[in-house]
Amino acid sequence: MQDTQIIKTTTWSPGPGCHGNCGVLAHVKDGRLVKVEGDPEHPWSQGRLCPRVLSMTQYAYHPDRLTKPLKRVGERGEGRWEEISWEEAFDLLEQKLGRIKEEYGPESVLFIQGTGRDIGGWIRLLAHSYGSPNVVYGLSGVACYTPRLMSMWLTQGDFCVQDAAQWLPERYEHPSYEVPECIIVWGQTIQATCPDGFFAHWIVDLMKKGTQIMVIDPRYSWFAARSKHWLQIRPGTDGALAMGFLNVILNEELYDTEFVEKWTNAPFLVRSDRNELLRESDLKSEGDSAKLVAWDSYTQDLCIWDPDRAQYAPSTAKPELEGRFEVTLKEGSSVQCHTVWSALKQRAGEYTPDRVSETTWIPPEKIKECARFYAKSKPAGIHWGLPIDTVPGTTYVGQAISHLWCVTGNLDVPGSNVIARYPFDVITYPYYSKGSGLVSLSAEQQQKRIGTWKYKAMRDFRDWGHPDTALEQIFTEDPYPIKGAWIQTSNPIAGLGMDPKKWHEALKKLDFVAVTDLFLTPTAMIADLVLPAATFLEKDSLKGWWVPLQSINKAISVPECKSDIEINLELAKRFRPDLPWSNVQEMFDDLLKPSGLTYQELRDKEWVMPPAGHPTAPYRRYEQGLLRQNQKPGFTTPSGKIELHSSWLEYWGLDPMPHHEEPPYSPVSTPELYDQYPLILTTGRRRSVYFHAEHRMIPWLREQEPDPLVEIHPDTAESLGIKEGDWVVIENWLGRCKQKARLTPVIHSDVVMAAHGWWFPEKAGEEPSLFGVWDVNINQLIPMGCNGQTGHGSPLKNMLCKIYKETDHV
Amino acid sequence: MSEYGILVDYEYCTACHACEVACKQEYKRPAGKHAGVKVIEEVHQFPGGGMDVVNYPLFTKGCNMCRPRTKKGLMPSCVQHCMAACLEFGRLEELAKKMGQKKRISLWRP
Repeated sequence: MQDTQIIKTTTWSPGPGCHGNCGVLAHVKDGRLVKVEGDPEHPWSQGRLCPRVLSMTQYAYHPDRLTKPLKRVGERGEGRWEEISWEEAFDLLEQKLGRIKEEYGPESVLFIQGTGRDIGGWIRLLAHSYGSPNVVYGLSGVACYTPRLMSMWLTQGDFCVQDAAQWLPERYEHPSYEVPECIIVWGQTIQATCPDGFFAHWIVDLMKKGTQIMVIDPRYSWFAARSKHWLQIRPGTDGALAMGFLNVILNEELYDTEFVEKWTNAPFLVRSDRNELLRESDLKSEGDSAKLVAWDSYTQDLCIWDPDRAQYAPSTAKPELEGRFEVTLKEGSSVQCHTVWSALKQRAGEYTPDRVSETTWIPPEKIKECARFYAKSKPAGIHWGLPIDTVPGTTYVGQAISHLWCVTGNLDVPGSNVIARYPFDVITYPYYSKGSGLVSLSAEQQQKRIGTWKYKAMRDFRDWGHPDTALEQIFTEDPYPIKGAWIQTSNPIAGLGMDPKKWHEALKKLDFVAVTDLFLTPTAMIADLVLPAATFLEKDSLKGWWVPLQSINKAISVPECKSDIEINLELAKRFRPDLPWSNVQEMFDDLLKPSGLTYQELRDKEWVMPPAGHPTAPYRRYEQGLLRQNQKPGFTTPSGKIELHSSWLEYWGLDPMPHHEEPPYSPVSTPELYDQYPLILTTGRRRSVYFHAEHRMIPWLREQEPDPLVEIHPDTAESLGIKEGDWVVIENWLGRCKQKARLTPVIHSDVVMAAHGWWFPEKAGEEPSLFGVWDVNINQLIPMGCNGQTGHGSPLKNMLCKIYKETDHV
Repeated sequence: MSEYGILVDYEYCTACHACEVACKQEYKRPAGKHAGVKVIEEVHQFPGGGMDVVNYPLFTKGCNMCRPRTKKGLMPSCVQHCMAACLEFGRLEELAKKMGQKKRISLWRP
């Protein structure tokens, strides 16, 4: 074994598929990967690794792995390919995409990506170099994390995550860290994969150190079985529960009064006539519309909040938290005003535990008990999952939940929900519009970004095209035609796309479809050109989501596979030969500038963490003026305060405060459909051996769960004559699929949980089979185009269905 | 080697199956056959409606407690990679002492 080299690197997407960050020791012998081990010295994962990373030897050298660019020679979907060289592939792309650009404009090509992979920045580099504003994350209503990100951004101007000491190299042992008394695991089988820059088993670490868990889940999950409280919620009603918690916390005065008074916009006055914040410009003609107004209990008069100076005038002001006041406007008329806090109390007051109980199926006493438990635990944290995003009212669910940690003061203090930023402000994966591009796009092109004319929130937060509108536009060609798609390590036919038959029809309608992936997927099968991408072990990259900042280091080569980044840069240069980078390392050097490190220096250090006192490291940055550009205390919201009444939502003409919206298809909103389809269909739950639509071809992983399983309560199954292991049809008014029945008491008897992302790599790939995807893809029962007023949200986890036994075996 | 064992704090096993794949990778075992460890996922139902969701890593005859690794001072592959850090390798006596301090725990001497 003397000649085995050990190369340190870190994970991200191709391979394990996930959002990565785990420290890996790649054992390489004669240029070939022989083993993958966890790096015990890595602060993130401490030597641990999931089964998907441990299977990398089977993944990297899988016989079905794509290793050469493939050009379609038969009809689309016929499965006849010709191997071509990279040079020929880039020539073809330049010619085909060039023609669309010339004839219809560059906006006529969609650049489609999947979940948080190591392409977010690079696909944008390509799209913008080509001239298209239409980078599209294809999931209906961008219903994965982005809605939560936006709700946090509206409220705090930043994003928060559960603090598991991930910013501290010594982790839990660091003296400034506090183990949370309580963590709410809100709708997530978190242990199966590591979502959104969080290593799931940190919560298990904290449980061993005494953290008590509250679980909100329609299933009696692993965490539920170890929780202090389990709330078996009706899918899609998380917003009502959050409002119910706020109701109890506000009524019983369990909030952090000092924090609310000092750091939130609770004392600001709202005009009762318009439900808009009162501004200095309402009071006098030379008044500043950025300045807000409160009632000073000391002078019994108005006082003015200046966001820039982060102080009231007069500076001695003691603003009233609650009350209704008559205010004289500049025109001389008077208007009734109330404080934000009074409005929030009134709003939350509508959500009594009894009412919330009817909506959520959770007993009222349990709602009260749990609200008290969370509010009284210090510190307390919330780790939340997809159900927050998967309702059209998502923006308000996220807003209500972030209000919970704000009013209880569980924000940026050790063990709570702490503000997460790009480490050292190095942006490797852009989450919001600022600083999102290596190549900027003209304002004229930006205005063509799909859906911005329909959803102001999509226009102002995160520069993605709106997926549901983009799909529709392929058919309507309104306001301009879509003629091509660049799909990068994403598989809308099998995983990302709701209503996948519509995606199938849409993609076949296009003049040109190019897919970059590691295997031939159902989506790749209908492409004109397929490019072979590299796993994380075959590429150089960098990673900073959320911490540490670290390099991904190439350990092996698989002939002719290129990294996503190389593919994007090389193709981008075909359209923008003036790009300043001759290789990806030079581009990384530019991106790393805010850290003061070069790419080589980062590689030498392996990983770095921003030190305490840096704006990208916790804690209590709002007190120290570390968050805002002007270095004044407070937050990066327009007012510098936590905005319980959101000025952004007000600006977009939407309800500025949280509320619950009933899911669009449910026993309540569509009782007639519920008669025909009497089961609530939920899906999307993870298994540790699969990442969404990936890994079914990896033997060590597939053996753990060879078939798509739908969980049914034994009582429900009995009434339907279904036995364990039966193939059953899941059906509703939109479509149907088959899965294998898994009878389990952990699921509510009125709910079924279907598997997602399924296709069979071992079956025929050509049309019409497409690896058997149509037999088992649950997304056929879920619509596109059913989004909220922000464009966000989609009913992915709260549809209706019926189930019956299928004697015909798949 | 017989004085060594593996302590399983099965309260915390989340059934990620990392131990199984780590073992198969280490000893190049094929899919479809057991290696040195297998995780059993159970839902226990008790009279009165109580339930428990428990996962049990079971060590098989195929486990050699990673002697080739431990001789070099490394942890057994399953122990090192366990996502929940619920496996511990050590001397039986010491592990048995730790066992006394905790419930829902088992000691293996495969």
